[in-house]
Amino acid sequence: MRPVLEVSVQETDFDIRVLQQSLLCDESRVGGVATFTGYVRAHSEQRGVASLYLEHYPGMTERSILAILEESAGRWPVLSARVVHRVGELAPGEQIVWVGVSSAHRDAAFAACEFIMDYLKTRAPFWKKERSGQGEHWVDARDSDAERADRWQGQQ
Amino acid sequence: MLRVLFFGRLREELGCDQLELSMADAGADLDSLQANLCSARGERWRAALGAANIIRALNQQMVAENAALNDGDEVAFFPPVTGG
Repeated sequence: MRPVLEVSVQETDFDIRVLQQSLLCDESRVGGVATFTGYVRAHSEQRGVASLYLEHYPGMTERSILAILEESAGRWPVLSARVVHRVGELAPGEQIVWVGVSSAHRDAAFAACEFIMDYLKTRAPFWKKERSGQGEHWVDARDSDAERADRWQGQQ
Repeated sequence: MLRVLFFGRLREELGCDQLELSMADAGADLDSLQANLCSARGERWRAALGAANIIRALNQQMVAENAALNDGDEVAFFPPVTGG
């Protein structure tokens, strides 16, 4: 059976309980669900963050994340996988991203969830701008994110 | 016609979020397009769009190598992504 893959890019907040439930589309086969929720940090690089603005590339964002979900389903026996990513203006403490994967066994669910998050960080076209008391600045990409994504290259 | 989009810090540095170019002005491939935009639009464009870390997408897919351009294509230039 083909895995169920879904992507949402939205300004509104999301309910992780409802999202987790949505992964149980085929309850008789699901043995585990692994999820990751990302939050807006209140501090970065010694600066207090008043708010975060997320820009994206409409169309490419959804396509690139769907391609990542498809690749994860090719690597592991994923039953369903879903990503919700927020854009626009966000405050510290708010939920920003959610990744969930259901599978028959935990190893595939854990691995696919981590893979999706690592690839999303380096391949999905989002850009963060932090606003603080000292003004605003674009967040720089981190080498450590690229290194994490590279670990999956050639690995099955 | 070719549609060219700019995002994030690059969009702000250029003061431009999109352009429509004729294929003659754009050039035959991504390398030519980038070089033409850098040379035709002044020092600000040369500095920002000529930066080594600029990523290119053709029809909403990141491309690492040069690629031929065709009428109706959508090209995007942007800095390294920072989502998640």
